[in-house]
Amino acid sequence: MQTKELQDIASQVRRDIVRMVHACQSGHPGGSLGCTDLLVGLYFQQMKINNRKGKGGNLTFNMDGTNEDLFFLSNGHISPVFYSVLAHRGYFDKAELGTFRKINSRLQGHPTTHEHLPGIRIASGSLGQGLSVAIGAALAKRLNGEKTTIYCLMGDGEQQEGQVWEAAQAAPHHKLDNLIGIIDLNGQQIDGPTEKVMSNRDLKAKYKAFGWNVLDIKDGNDMEQVITGLRKAKRLLGKGQPVMILLKTEMGAGVDFMMGSHKWHGVAPNDEQLAAALAQLPETLGDY
Amino acid sequence: MTKYPFTEKKDTRSGFGAGMTELGRTNPNVVTLCADLVGSLKIDTFIKENPERFIQCGIAEANMIGVAAGLTIGGKIPFATTFANFGSSRVYDQIRQSVAYSDKNVKIAVSHAGLTLGEDGATHQILEDLAMMRAMPNMTVINPCDFNQTKAATIAAANHEGPVYLRFGRPVVPVFTSPDQKFEIGKAWMVSEGKDVSIIATGHLVWEAIQACEILEAQGISAEILNIHTIKPLDEKAILKSVRKTKCVVSCEEHQANGGLGDAIAQTLAKNFLAPQEYIAVNDSFGESGTPTQLMEKYGLNAATIVEKALKVIARKA
Repeated sequence: MQTKELQDIASQVRRDIVRMVHACQSGHPGGSLGCTDLLVGLYFQQMKINNRKGKGGNLTFNMDGTNEDLFFLSNGHISPVFYSVLAHRGYFDKAELGTFRKINSRLQGHPTTHEHLPGIRIASGSLGQGLSVAIGAALAKRLNGEKTTIYCLMGDGEQQEGQVWEAAQAAPHHKLDNLIGIIDLNGQQIDGPTEKVMSNRDLKAKYKAFGWNVLDIKDGNDMEQVITGLRKAKRLLGKGQPVMILLKTEMGAGVDFMMGSHKWHGVAPNDEQLAAALAQLPETLGDY
Repeated sequence: MTKYPFTEKKDTRSGFGAGMTELGRTNPNVVTLCADLVGSLKIDTFIKENPERFIQCGIAEANMIGVAAGLTIGGKIPFATTFANFGSSRVYDQIRQSVAYSDKNVKIAVSHAGLTLGEDGATHQILEDLAMMRAMPNMTVINPCDFNQTKAATIAAANHEGPVYLRFGRPVVPVFTSPDQKFEIGKAWMVSEGKDVSIIATGHLVWEAIQACEILEAQGISAEILNIHTIKPLDEKAILKSVRKTKCVVSCEEHQANGGLGDAIAQTLAKNFLAPQEYIAVNDSFGESGTPTQLMEKYGLNAATIVEKALKVIARKA
């Protein structure tokens, strides 16, 4: 897919995010907007997934994902971007995005398998658990003799959870060279800048010391850099080491007044702010 | 009463090990994880015979639960093993989100439950795990009573689709159930029929209940013993059938009185058939160091206390 096409999808996903969060007046727009380019790049370019369609025209989803690349979202609060990307990729109807965070919806506040939403393989929201799950899936794939890749996205604030470091030591120990971790370095968390709340210090040095092959994507909101970085990470697999991508993003990317602070981590726009945000985001594929 | 002679004593954890050995040979999807307690969990044979299907997790239980959840995505049936304390209270949120809420086919198999791990003391003596696991939606909770039942329960857990918490212990206890028993999850086992009092027991307290039943019989009292090996789902039908007949009950468990088998029975009775109940359980306290026998005596988890409580509850019948 051309970069322009990916950028058009990203623009539509960003529109979906602000509209979804506005409609239920809750949710997390900031991190969702920041990770939009990554998730679009993964699902529309990088990942090998089953394109077989079932009844109704949506993708058939099987939990085991046999011979497919798998993605785990550990920082589950950025569910709006995940749901929008899954819908556009064809896992379920776009119209369902309108049910986000509402009663009787499959699109829970944080992602879950419990409501059987196609595309979701684990519940996340309580932070720090996704990398462990991704390690388990990577081990299963290796046991099954599959040559597929497991991806796991975490937040930078999430790095403060102890379990992350239990997982960080386990993946290189088991020589999981089919695993790519990604950390969203937006430098913000609920209570303020990450450096102020609880400094991560040098994440690159930390992961290297734990045995990971670490690479940077300097601008995670530049689609070309995202695609180049993901390709580079994949080339580093198969060499006895897991790979960690440090993805520098801007919280709120794409909506000027949501950028540059932690204020839009978990706040919904009002009607006026919604209009201002949508004016900056071209409707490329049609709103849900 | 039905007599249960025994010829040997064995630990229930070895029953788990025997079950894992069999599963290693018969079910290629079974994988085992352990957090640095291989010898204690008796899984050496499984590991020796299936080295590629064993994942050493080190002293990092939270990660182990997540790894187990991930292994199910790919069709594996993971048994995550450690001590009961580290496989329940230490990792409750991991089990809740990554296993139970995520509907993952993970078996959490834990040894050294309760007071009878002995000398290590209260830091390791979990007495709240049945309550925690009972409260968790989507969780099946099993607490078998001897070597043979633990082996059978292990195999049944592997064949059951969904999360299971399988709890067993360290000390040797009499082996009195059949080696070729049929283990049905959620189905109580009638150990001995009686008419004056229902003694409803789980884990190795079933053996204490049998001893108590013999003492009561000598006093002319006919006690019925029901073994609840599956705490959840609870066999309410079997419990109600027994208590409707005897009109009173003594519940027996190596666990806190708060939230365990006794409370599960009381809940059932409150909703369906009111009857007096006495608890054999730990009364809102931590354990301590000592030998298993000393601890069971001090905390009232033995046959003598069951007899005492049985006489008391019979006297409370209207």
